[in-house]
Amino acid sequence: MSTPVLSVEGMTVQFPTRRGILTAVDDVSFSIKAGEVLGVVGESGAGKSMTGSAIIGLIEPPGRISSGQVFLHGERIDTLPAEKMRRVRGRKIGMIFQDPLTSLNPLYTVAEQLVETIRTHLPLSAADARKRAIGLLDDVGIPDASRRIDDYPHQFSGGMRQRVVIALALCADPDLVIADEPTTALDVSVQAQIIDVMKKLCAEKGAAIMLITHDMGVIAEIADRVAVMYAGRLAEIGPVRKVISDAAHPYTKGLMGSIPSLLSDAERLTQIPGSMPRLTAIPQGCPFNPRCSYAFDRCYIERPDPLPHDERRVACWLYDKEEALS
Amino acid sequence: MLAFILKRLAQSVLVMLVVALISFTMFRYVGDPVASLVSQEASIADQEQLRERLGLNDPIVEQFFRFVGNALQGQFGISYRLQQPVSELILSRLPATIELAFASATIALTLGIILGVFTALKPQSPVSGGVMAFSLVGVSLPTFLIGIALIYIFAVELQWLPSFGRGDVVDLGWWNTGLLSESGLRSIILPAITLSLFQMTLIMRLVRAEMLEVLRADYIKFARARGLTDRAVNFGHALKNTLVPVITITGLQLGSVIAFAIITETVFQWPGVGSLFINSVAVVDVPVMAAYLMFIALVFVVINLIVDILYYLVDPRLRVGGARGGH
Repeated sequence: MSTPVLSVEGMTVQFPTRRGILTAVDDVSFSIKAGEVLGVVGESGAGKSMTGSAIIGLIEPPGRISSGQVFLHGERIDTLPAEKMRRVRGRKIGMIFQDPLTSLNPLYTVAEQLVETIRTHLPLSAADARKRAIGLLDDVGIPDASRRIDDYPHQFSGGMRQRVVIALALCADPDLVIADEPTTALDVSVQAQIIDVMKKLCAEKGAAIMLITHDMGVIAEIADRVAVMYAGRLAEIGPVRKVISDAAHPYTKGLMGSIPSLLSDAERLTQIPGSMPRLTAIPQGCPFNPRCSYAFDRCYIERPDPLPHDERRVACWLYDKEEALS
Repeated sequence: MLAFILKRLAQSVLVMLVVALISFTMFRYVGDPVASLVSQEASIADQEQLRERLGLNDPIVEQFFRFVGNALQGQFGISYRLQQPVSELILSRLPATIELAFASATIALTLGIILGVFTALKPQSPVSGGVMAFSLVGVSLPTFLIGIALIYIFAVELQWLPSFGRGDVVDLGWWNTGLLSESGLRSIILPAITLSLFQMTLIMRLVRAEMLEVLRADYIKFARARGLTDRAVNFGHALKNTLVPVITITGLQLGSVIAFAIITETVFQWPGVGSLFINSVAVVDVPVMAAYLMFIALVFVVINLIVDILYYLVDPRLRVGGARGGH
């Protein structure tokens, strides 16, 4: 099997604060193959975005990757010196942020921002970079690109701006695109278009996608595999059809049960009682234990690691017990 | 753009009219102008005659418009104290004040922006801590104290620089400058530093605060995520976005530098408009005070107009009206 585009091994991100060390991402491991779309879901504060920022090397100090390794095409990148890591960003890994309204610098035209980024990474003349920029805007579906390119960000609508952001993230043909809630700030009617554009372009260019979102619908639509995060840890990771239709981890089950569906007759949506623990007060054992209706003694003492179970990995003692019994 | 400038101009004219009204009221009602003009021996009849001749018995509105009309032609009357036309007095003193103001504004802007950017980019550095502590001194110490301290150190103890005056002045016909002679240049250093210190620390703290704010913005994060160099991110993307508020404050501060050069000019015996004003206040030379008021108002109005136009140049969102894109 070929080396995955991205491989994260036991990555832990910590923030030293006055009240002690906060662990935002705790011992997370996963990999993404070329052309694959990995969805990352979880509640706010589950560490999804932090995982993305850590991979691209943009955690705000004093936060840092305190242990674990990140490999891009088998080459370790979390220990690269700042200048080398800068060349990886934009060139090898592109990133798309949540809010297209604030992601673009208001004082520069779209052309200026695209050309600047292209020329930072590729040895092109200003004229060639401009041609490439117009081509990119065409690709992301901006009509009349050769004229619109000289407009300022505020002259575009939200959906169009997110297309510009995608063009910027893809302008040096990265191998991996980290999309951090790319559709959350957009109208529902535009969300599908943006997801389509992103998926189509990445497929054409053969880029892998790490799609961070809390929108299960988006995941179901485009992801190949899905990782569920809870309190900075991986709860469950596996193929989309498995995780969505047959969730194993009690948290994933709760998450799926809380999605409204036209097909089900349920009067009320199920909800997970309580809320995610704060980083300063993560309980001993499994972090989900206070909210879990299946919890038993072992869950309060020992912390479960994601272990293989039915085509996926699940961090839950329920399945360890099962295997022990069988 | 043109409509915008015209609108601003109209507003400026309105402001100037209001100031003219205040100035006129001062001119007309602070003391009796006639009493200031005639000798003590003049009879009541003579005084009445003079009052009639000067038009002081005309309706107030008519007097006000006459005042405005004269002001438009640059006529503010004769100084009681110096017996010269006020406009000539102010014009002859203006170069000194303007040179001092621009020298100190240049110092304040250059150092203010450099230090502000530095302290924002390296907040943890001990140098930043030192600069920030020093800036507190600049903000809180009164100008005259700084001036006197500088005189004591550099003029009295070290004897490097002159302690007062403007040095040798070169007359260019329409302008007299101290910037072309060595003694003139040496003379401007201390007053310019004194005058700039407050503005410099103010600009520095402003740039720092704005820069810290902008550095947290999403587009800066996105610029870093695109792998742009630190230099491009910090100076191309971040600094330009801090400029709008900096231009506002700097513009207003340049006005204050000219208006409040009074203290510095007094400490350093600088022959500018400020010291002219302070000397006039001492002897209630009302025409000079009224004209000075108008002059300072004009400076502020003009600078504000320039600042508004600069916004247009810096921020494209103001240039093009509204979004025209669709989905």
